[in-house]
Amino acid sequence: MRSPVIAPPIPKTPLLDASGVGFLAVLAAVVIGVVAYGPPAYAVSLMGKYLCYALLAISVDLVWGYCGILSLGHGAFFALGGYCLGMHLMRQIGARGVYANPELPDFMVFLNWKELPWYWHGFDNFGFAALMVIFVPGLLAFVFGWFAFRSRVTGVYLSIITQALTYALMLAFFRNNMGFGGNNGLTDFKDLFGIDLHSDGMRLALFTASGIALAAGYILCRAVTVSKFGRVLTAIRDAESRTRFFGYRVEHYKLFVFTLSAMIAGVAGALYVPQVGIINPSEFSPANSIEIVIWVALGGRGTLWGAALGAVIVNFAKTYLTGAFPELWLYALGALFIFVTLFLPQGVAGLFRRRHFSFGKREPALAPKPQAGE
Amino acid sequence: MRGLQLFRPFKMIRILFIFLFLAGSGLAARADDLAAAVDALASSSFSDREAAVNAISKTGDPKAIIILEALSRGELYVRKADKKVFLAKEASGGFTLTDPVTSESADTLPSSALEKVRLNNALRRAIEEGLGALTLFSKDAAVRRLAAQSILKAADPARIDLLSNAIAREADPGVKKIMEEARAAAILKSDRPDDEKLNAIQILKARGDQDALGLLDAAANTKSGAVSFAAANAARSIQNRLAFWEGIQNVWYGVSLGSVLLLAAAGLAITFGVMGVINMAHGELVMLGAYTTFVIQEWFRAYFPSGLDYSLFVAIPAAFLFVGLVGMALEQSVIRFLYKRPLETLLATWGVSLILQQAVRNAFGPSNREVTTPSWMSGSFEVTSGLALTYNRIAIVAFTALVFIILFLLIRRTRFGLEMRAVTQNRAMANSMGIRSGRIDALTFGLGAGIAGIAGVALSQIDNVSPNLGQSYIVDSFLVVVFGGVGNLFGTLIGALTLGIANKFLEPFAGAVLGKIVILIAVILFIQRRPRGLFALRGRAVEA
Repeated sequence: MRSPVIAPPIPKTPLLDASGVGFLAVLAAVVIGVVAYGPPAYAVSLMGKYLCYALLAISVDLVWGYCGILSLGHGAFFALGGYCLGMHLMRQIGARGVYANPELPDFMVFLNWKELPWYWHGFDNFGFAALMVIFVPGLLAFVFGWFAFRSRVTGVYLSIITQALTYALMLAFFRNNMGFGGNNGLTDFKDLFGIDLHSDGMRLALFTASGIALAAGYILCRAVTVSKFGRVLTAIRDAESRTRFFGYRVEHYKLFVFTLSAMIAGVAGALYVPQVGIINPSEFSPANSIEIVIWVALGGRGTLWGAALGAVIVNFAKTYLTGAFPELWLYALGALFIFVTLFLPQGVAGLFRRRHFSFGKREPALAPKPQAGE
Repeated sequence: MRGLQLFRPFKMIRILFIFLFLAGSGLAARADDLAAAVDALASSSFSDREAAVNAISKTGDPKAIIILEALSRGELYVRKADKKVFLAKEASGGFTLTDPVTSESADTLPSSALEKVRLNNALRRAIEEGLGALTLFSKDAAVRRLAAQSILKAADPARIDLLSNAIAREADPGVKKIMEEARAAAILKSDRPDDEKLNAIQILKARGDQDALGLLDAAANTKSGAVSFAAANAARSIQNRLAFWEGIQNVWYGVSLGSVLLLAAAGLAITFGVMGVINMAHGELVMLGAYTTFVIQEWFRAYFPSGLDYSLFVAIPAAFLFVGLVGMALEQSVIRFLYKRPLETLLATWGVSLILQQAVRNAFGPSNREVTTPSWMSGSFEVTSGLALTYNRIAIVAFTALVFIILFLLIRRTRFGLEMRAVTQNRAMANSMGIRSGRIDALTFGLGAGIAGIAGVALSQIDNVSPNLGQSYIVDSFLVVVFGGVGNLFGTLIGALTLGIANKFLEPFAGAVLGKIVILIAVILFIQRRPRGLFALRGRAVEA
């Protein structure tokens, strides 16, 4: 037991420490380098995709690394954000679809629908769509979290029901009469703001926007975690009941951070869709959400930048291995899962930390302690 | 039906001849009718030929069966010279002709001198119905039954007399009943007097299935007041009865789906519920069990084909042992290092599941492997006309019950079960009592994995054996365990049955996918109400 009656005053953590500055510097260098040298179009989109994944990983790290909420359904928020922007892109197609219907997207014409469903109204307007990108995942997270945290669903139970949530959404979006394109999802996008999505300029713009969103997301999450609010989050992660007994309304903290995280994931999804050109229900599959968690675990949870790094490492490896040795990819990913959990509980970031900071002052333990449920 | 008829010996036809003779039919007149009708097949118009087919079947002559069958096989030819119809057999230099009525062989002609009697769909239907009527007199009760059933479906008033004759001769009570029902159906469609129809309505009401319902509904829409009223009443009573049996059937389907869920989740209830290990590779262990079944079956096919039907009995222990060993290896190599970090076992075992999937995909290929259902498990058992239970469902429910009981006794009544519970409840205390908790952990995990393997054997009978088999059950299994309450086998039982039955009752209203979504949302909401499941463990161990 290590709990003195009077705690020493908590040193104020700067918003950006050395690793944070390093992360932002590397990110800026990559973005500027890409914009300056203009690599081939496919590479720009690919890197843009990695940046979106990195932002998604940061959002998962915020809830898992700092608050101990292991969400296996974050893919759902990502996909919902993606669908919201996808709907705007569908509206932008206008009469240029295969059926040249000025009023309805192709798949609705195909299904013999006569008019636009009510929930598609307003998505012609980019501002509205952008708002929805944040609002829809946020609302779902808020409602879900409201129920879950209030009735103190924790640990494994929470993980399983978040998984059930994304699974239910996947089944729902697969249905044609949901009005989101069913199996095929939304695709065949043409342009955004009247600019061709496939043009080099647009690709670079989207890539840069992803980079900026990642930086902003990092700073936002960092600001949350170093604040007094963040301290309470960490306390909840390490000893939820004790925090509650101190008088903190644990469920409010959790609800806030879960909703915030879902919104960030939604933004990541919205930036992802125009760069890959499609969004379909398989994005909701529970396997995807579990994969996000492994990015964070590999990178090192509770560090934010480590999560981003993990997302890039795993996805780069995936791109390379699925191309070069398609048979091997699942073995490699599986081995990675096992290896990281067994030998790198603090992830790549932990490796880094131990090597460079172990001599000086002791860092406060950033990686989570063993969690509830033992 | 026709296929059966092809190989009947002529003896039967002779007996029929005698029957018909005794019934007072003028044999000679019949033969003349038959000959005339057969020759009418030479007509070039399809509707004439249809009339000829009907006339042939009307004669009731046993030869008519042979003729109609030959016609349906395309073995009837018209001799162009005199427009006479013959049975033709291919021979050197053309076709050998046989007179279909007298069975006398005629000459052999080149194909240019002959023209085949061609069929269209209406003709085929007429032949089918005609054969149905004729086979009412078959010696084989099964053939007669089929014939009566096909007439029941057609409900043709023209068959009433034929049926009356057949009923008078029928010895088998079961077949006789169907024939009476068929006659009732025909009477309802005919213009017979109302009292006969009312009687027919009673007979059909007693039959009480979907066919009878259709006939009665049709009769309810006729003009005659009394008949239509009685028919509507009878239809309503059948509907109520069918709805009742459908309810029972849904419960049964729910129970069988629930037992599948229970089998899949029982292993998880041990590894996850008792040990607290979130084993995402559980689905893949189930899949390994299914592939074990496949391998054992192929082994039987190669070395011991006569025992193929019983390979399942070898597959069950084999799957238990093999998958149990895989589970123990998994526990020793990965999971035991993670007991202090339960949420992380999720990640590691997810990795294991990916590796197992890919390994199976490499070893057996990505496509489905076929595990045949043993013959003793096919077929069904008809409880009443509204409810038939298939043997494979019965087998799975019974098997699940057996596995569950054994598991329960193992945990409650054996030394191993005792030690297992001791380690779960208080590891330190169990250690100090001399229980080797490490060994118990490995054995417990092996037991959970072995049960998963057995589930795989059962699932191989009802699902596709493919590398993705496990994935489709993992979310459901976790839901069942969480819904029932972690660490409680009875909770798992109740959870599985509840979810199974709820699913089957929702399906008709909402469709399979929407029903599933509703269930998922219901479970999510339920967890809000009872965060630790239906039967929650209480006490200090819960809040860690």
